[in-house]
Amino acid sequence: MTHALHSSGDPAVGGGEPAGAGTAGAGTAGAGTAKVPPAGGKLVLGPEEIRRALTRIAHEILERTDGAADVILLGIPTRGVPLACRLAARLTQVEGRPAATGSLDVTMYRDDLRLRPARTLGHTSVPPSGLDGKVVILVDDVLYSGRTVRAALDALGDLGRPRTVQLAVLVDRGHRELPIRADYVGKNLPTSQREVVHVLLNEVDGQDAVMLTTGLDQAAQPSAGDARIETDR
Amino acid sequence: MNRHLISIADLNRDDALLILDTAEELAQVADRPIRKLPTLRGRTVVNLFFEDSTRTRISFEAAAKRLSADVINFSAKGSSVAKGESLKDTALTLEAMGADAVVIRHAASGAAHRLAGWVRGSVVNAGDGMHEHPTQALLDAFTIRRRLGRIDGLAVTIVGDVLHSRVARSNVLLLRLLGADVTLVAPPTLLPVAVSSWPCEVSYDLDSLLPKSDVVMMLRVQAERMNAAYFPTVREYSRRYGLDADRMQTLPEHAIVMHPGPMNRGVEIAADVADSARSTIVEQVANGVSVRMAVLYLLLGGAQAGGSQLEAAR
Repeated sequence: MTHALHSSGDPAVGGGEPAGAGTAGAGTAGAGTAKVPPAGGKLVLGPEEIRRALTRIAHEILERTDGAADVILLGIPTRGVPLACRLAARLTQVEGRPAATGSLDVTMYRDDLRLRPARTLGHTSVPPSGLDGKVVILVDDVLYSGRTVRAALDALGDLGRPRTVQLAVLVDRGHRELPIRADYVGKNLPTSQREVVHVLLNEVDGQDAVMLTTGLDQAAQPSAGDARIETDR
Repeated sequence: MNRHLISIADLNRDDALLILDTAEELAQVADRPIRKLPTLRGRTVVNLFFEDSTRTRISFEAAAKRLSADVINFSAKGSSVAKGESLKDTALTLEAMGADAVVIRHAASGAAHRLAGWVRGSVVNAGDGMHEHPTQALLDAFTIRRRLGRIDGLAVTIVGDVLHSRVARSNVLLLRLLGADVTLVAPPTLLPVAVSSWPCEVSYDLDSLLPKSDVVMMLRVQAERMNAAYFPTVREYSRRYGLDADRMQTLPEHAIVMHPGPMNRGVEIAADVADSARSTIVEQVANGVSVRMAVLYLLLGGAQAGGSQLEAAR
């Protein structure tokens, strides 16, 4: 099952990084705390692979949603937000009309709030047209236990009633604790629960990379959310 | 900051900004179709009001309910306090009911601090005597930041009955912490003895300050606490220290007029000033709910290890 670094089936669609995509969303990254690349971490995806994975996801979205007419890309802070903006830039580039984006903070809906001190809230913003009847695609960096996505589904329910909700993630690292799956996956990354996936994005961290480290401390609490939460603080 | 909110003096700059930033996010909930978050489900907040209050109690109640907490309202009238029950016995009763947070207003300065030693839950001071009213100062700072975009470097003039005002003390401490320059204006009889030790300027001349003020905060003349003649007549007070339309004209274009409420229209603030576009009085009430949601979330939203919640949220 181990994927070699370049074998994840990227169609390698042409077209460079859309202009402006690098900075879009940087202002809405919320309580983004820039991460430094972990020492001794194994590089799983570099900037090129991330770019190609997002381009492929964008084309899959266009195929599966009939040209992304009613699509709203909702990023989950911190790093889902710039990913949603990058996907939107690609959709805009291909279809020629702007794709709606937003961000959806799920902190207040988490099921593990009482396990740790009060967290800093991220930013929630929804396009003025609302979510009712739209195709909402949740965007996050890592899919792990599925608890963040469950919280996001609850949060969505309080904001409106989308026609469909789909999920796009940059990395699916397995170890689901809830019946949740992603519709669009940048990279399936088989991991052990001892390992920690670090996603670094240019808008937040100054560089694009997905890295894997063996975190001995973090292994003790696999159900406390995805790796992003573990390593953010 | 510990697990209580008793005094602005317990906060550092980062704590204060964290509360304001959290309130900014929570303010959006008021605009949503479903104005509720599930965060404090199963937690109990007791509103313990030994003094009359309209907006503070309702504001705390709305804040707790928007976070899905259970709210128990307690007012001294009609309770066993009227039969002579002490604060400590009341506190122990609340403790037995499993209150996760107690919001207390009391006529005695220091009551909230005392209560914090008796209960396991978090204590939020909603006004203790002439001491402090921290959530009012936080919502005032929040309102200033929303209207003027910043607090740092602003000239804030607080006018009126400083002596009896817990709002003034909390605001001086908080606004100074956030970088504003605060000046108190009051008749000498309505200034506390120790005002020289406060981090602010003192003046007796309102008219000379108004053209330089970004924010004017009018305080209520607290007649119910005045057991002596602090000024000759209400009319004279109003002429020297009240804000009327003519005085408001001398303010800079962008300046705002605040009042913590309840107002004595015609005494410290004229009715047409209170209802003018510069007045933030109604906004202050709306913002109060967001700020109190932020405080309750930061105190109760995480693990109840008793440690420093705000500390860890950063």
